[in-house]
Amino acid sequence: MSFYFAIVGTKDNPLYEAEFGTSKQGGDGVARFREEQRPMNQFIVHSSLDIIEEVQWASSTMYMKCVDRFNNLFVSCFLTAGNIKFLLLHDTKADDAIRQFFTDVYELYAKTLMNPFYEIDMKVTSIVFDSRVRGAAKKYL
Amino acid sequence: MQRQDPLQSPFVPFSPNPSLQQGTPTATAPLKHSLTASQSSNLRYSSSRKSIYDRHLNRTQRSELSKSSFAFLFGEMVQYAQKRVSGIQDLEKKSATPSFVPTHVSPAGPRHLKSLSEAIHSLTPRRLNLHGYTIGQRLLELLLWRDGRSAKRETRILGILQFITTTLYRSIFNKPADALEKSRDNEDEYMLIDNDPMVSSYISIPKEMSQLNCAAFVAGIIEAVLDGCLFPSRVTAHSVPTEQFPGKTVFLIKFDESVLEREAVL
Repeated sequence: MSFYFAIVGTKDNPLYEAEFGTSKQGGDGVARFREEQRPMNQFIVHSSLDIIEEVQWASSTMYMKCVDRFNNLFVSCFLTAGNIKFLLLHDTKADDAIRQFFTDVYELYAKTLMNPFYEIDMKVTSIVFDSRVRGAAKKYL
Repeated sequence: MQRQDPLQSPFVPFSPNPSLQQGTPTATAPLKHSLTASQSSNLRYSSSRKSIYDRHLNRTQRSELSKSSFAFLFGEMVQYAQKRVSGIQDLEKKSATPSFVPTHVSPAGPRHLKSLSEAIHSLTPRRLNLHGYTIGQRLLELLLWRDGRSAKRETRILGILQFITTTLYRSIFNKPADALEKSRDNEDEYMLIDNDPMVSSYISIPKEMSQLNCAAFVAGIIEAVLDGCLFPSRVTAHSVPTEQFPGKTVFLIKFDESVLEREAVL
């Protein structure tokens, strides 16, 4: 199982992205996407933004579960109050684990936002943020 | 001890400055290194050597700030906003700000700029508004995060206004707003009323600046929350003194057309 995770800002601009594999069932946490698949991942994830825009007004939940699928890949979305999109590409369904992962990332994002020098839609370049996101992925995915 | 070259430092606690953090983030955790390298003279490290990610987002029970120190800081902010009008460029910025002043609030009708000093007075609320805006953007995510699993995004006008009058107001001022009214004349206008805004409780406005209301700061917070939830709007603060409440302030919320169109479809 491999995952591709992206945070997309309010102007549909990417803020952060990461790839990781599963750490459950003896996985080593390394993503195993084929080289030609990697740019496709970004494409699939970003193409789901249109769908999110449609469904976001129909419900008021933040975690929207699986919003899109392409062949055997699923896209799950978590939409924050400030319209920042957390998108996760995955190949097996695991709603609860993904929800917990998103909740942890939301906390990290909120902390990033507490930084007075960070503005909405700015790229998240902090190394600490990155290692914490990977930590959350290791814990839940 | 020599000062460390910032570009050599692998650990930047919470600086988003891209020039300091080149390339894409990697999984390496260079925290160990920073513990030995950081010095007390280096301002980029907090004294506890913790990054912003190590701190808690939940505030402890009954943690409140001193009102007098806030009043002092806020007073300085108002002065700062007033002083920094350098000339014609700032005047031009005025054109980007809304010129409407509701007729029922200001009998004088829309103002026209006559002099620089008048421009300074009219720019001050705009600047205070911007100060508040950055706070509102952060508060929105913070409050929703604190709600935990019960957190929900607001999708309707009334829902978001309720959120502002109760949740948001309570978290900043420890009391809900005094009233929320819908404008009788205009579909897209709502009024949020605060009988005695905390921010301006120690501020008395000189006569020649009667247009100024320092609660523009709070208007900025409200505007940021509305904008963040995709309810683009303009929020302005107007003084409506009464016998009982001399500091009574009306926050006029004017929604963008797109919001009303969407509301009609939902």
